[in-house]
Amino acid sequence: MTDMNLLQSRIEGDSSGEDFSASVMSIEIGPAHPAMHGIVRFTTHLDGELIVGMDTEIGYLHRGFEKESENSKWIQVIPYTDRLNYVSPLLNNIGYSMAVEKLYGIEAPRRAEFTRVIMGEISRITDHLTCLGAAAMEIGAFTFFLWFIKAREYLWELVEEMTGARLTTNWTRFGGNSTDLPDGFLTELADRLAKLKDVMEECDKLLTRNKIFIDRVKDIGSFSKEDALSYGFTGPLLRACGIPYDVRRADSYSVYDELDFEIPVGSTGDCFDRFLVRMEEIRQSINIIEQAADKIPEGPFMTDERMLHYPDKKDVYGNIEGLIDHFKLVMEGHQPPAGEIYMPIEGGNGEIGFYLVSDGSGDPVRVRLRPPCFNFVAAMPAMTIGHYVADIVPIFGSVNMIGGELDR
Amino acid sequence: MGEEISTKEAEIPQDTGELTSLLRQEFPDEITDYHSHRGDETVVIKRDSFEPVCRFLREDSRCSFEIMMDLTAVDRLEMNEEPRFEMVYHFKSLTHARRLRLKVRLTEDDCKIASIHHLWKAVDWYERECFDMFGIHFEGHPDLRRILMYDEFEGHPLRKDYPIDKQQPLSQLKEVDERHVYGRHT
Repeated sequence: MTDMNLLQSRIEGDSSGEDFSASVMSIEIGPAHPAMHGIVRFTTHLDGELIVGMDTEIGYLHRGFEKESENSKWIQVIPYTDRLNYVSPLLNNIGYSMAVEKLYGIEAPRRAEFTRVIMGEISRITDHLTCLGAAAMEIGAFTFFLWFIKAREYLWELVEEMTGARLTTNWTRFGGNSTDLPDGFLTELADRLAKLKDVMEECDKLLTRNKIFIDRVKDIGSFSKEDALSYGFTGPLLRACGIPYDVRRADSYSVYDELDFEIPVGSTGDCFDRFLVRMEEIRQSINIIEQAADKIPEGPFMTDERMLHYPDKKDVYGNIEGLIDHFKLVMEGHQPPAGEIYMPIEGGNGEIGFYLVSDGSGDPVRVRLRPPCFNFVAAMPAMTIGHYVADIVPIFGSVNMIGGELDR
Repeated sequence: MGEEISTKEAEIPQDTGELTSLLRQEFPDEITDYHSHRGDETVVIKRDSFEPVCRFLREDSRCSFEIMMDLTAVDRLEMNEEPRFEMVYHFKSLTHARRLRLKVRLTEDDCKIASIHHLWKAVDWYERECFDMFGIHFEGHPDLRRILMYDEFEGHPLRKDYPIDKQQPLSQLKEVDERHVYGRHT
């Protein structure tokens, strides 16, 4: 049968029972589409350009984070957490280490906590810069993207100075951090924050009141408070809907209760609100970093609890306790007491929660990550249906889907 | 060395939190266990009453858990605990600023539990993930299929008896689904 005949028979409806008179057409978007960041597939059902239905397929970046973690020692999970949300790896490091500390029932020294706040907020800023830059670029604002990536570079160089790596940071440990602030770090930090503020001001002028940009994002992807809660939204997307829920304030962890910051909220939860909330959060994070840099106390950056940190080399070679501790930590691993905990922290795009179960041996029974953008991608059909195809790009850009965290 | 750290079997205190008392008062026969280890209020309930308890948690003004934060399972095969699976739900209430962990224990040969997708919309995908990873069946779920793994995958990877180094044959290229043919209306 020739193609024309096949087409004709389909239109007449004699080759299958489907109703071909309907005008709904299905178009695949992704996974190889640049705006899908390479790892999500949407099957959109279109009536003209109007989206009437959408199926989402994820899992293209599933690497078995939880399975690998459960077959590792507790400390070996830290490098894996870098690869979850790979635009703010330090926040994952911090979240996981704080979860294990909660399992042990200990806290890191104050200097370590303040350093974590500084580095965590730097990570939050890089997360927002990436998200906003990429989302703006996808709808045509290329300059904005380049300037934000330039600003992100200022911060990633600080991260590199602190941890030795830009992305694979592997920085925190149970009961502290692997490194203290390098010499001159705080001066450099102040310098770079000033440069970042300049970029923020420039970019604010470039986009926030730009009519072309506002037309693309205003009233696009609006979401009601009730739906946002029901879908389990957290982070900037929930705040854009008008709910001031921030884990840093609600379950005040670390030293956030000593720092003064505001929680920006939107009203309609559309893409423009999300943009504004993230822009303001960057400013608030700068504010938090400046306060933390002023208040950071002197003292140790790692707990001196035995069997938590690897003993100093002079102890390993110099006395029997150090040698035994070192041997046991390397061979048997950390042994948090039996129990289960859930530790939430405010990640770049919402609540990162680690649910850990320990049986008291050195092997984790369960390492579970609650990925914030899982809920956002689940809600993509609800956000897009009723909009046009072209609106998928700003909506998807504004949810800040991070594949490593979504698929784990 | 701290006392707490040295003991392998940490004492799990049987504190009764406010919510635990409320649930024990409302559902006296349904609660089998509870604790608040490290301040996380945890209640273990019987499977049959799971749906009504969730409804109560969402709708009663003393609870008002607006967010179903997380849903997962734990395979306790290597802990030698019976029954084998434990469903773990984390809820967050913004009104009362508190959290609750609800657990239900499931045996291996009857790992089914009522779906609560009609109470929180987030549950839909979380239940699919749990089914994919653990093979737990959620009764009443409208679309229970794999989400992270591919359809042809055999077994459930987060079960402890699924070997970490097990390899599966590459799946065949799929026939393109009829409804996905481009431009058929042209």
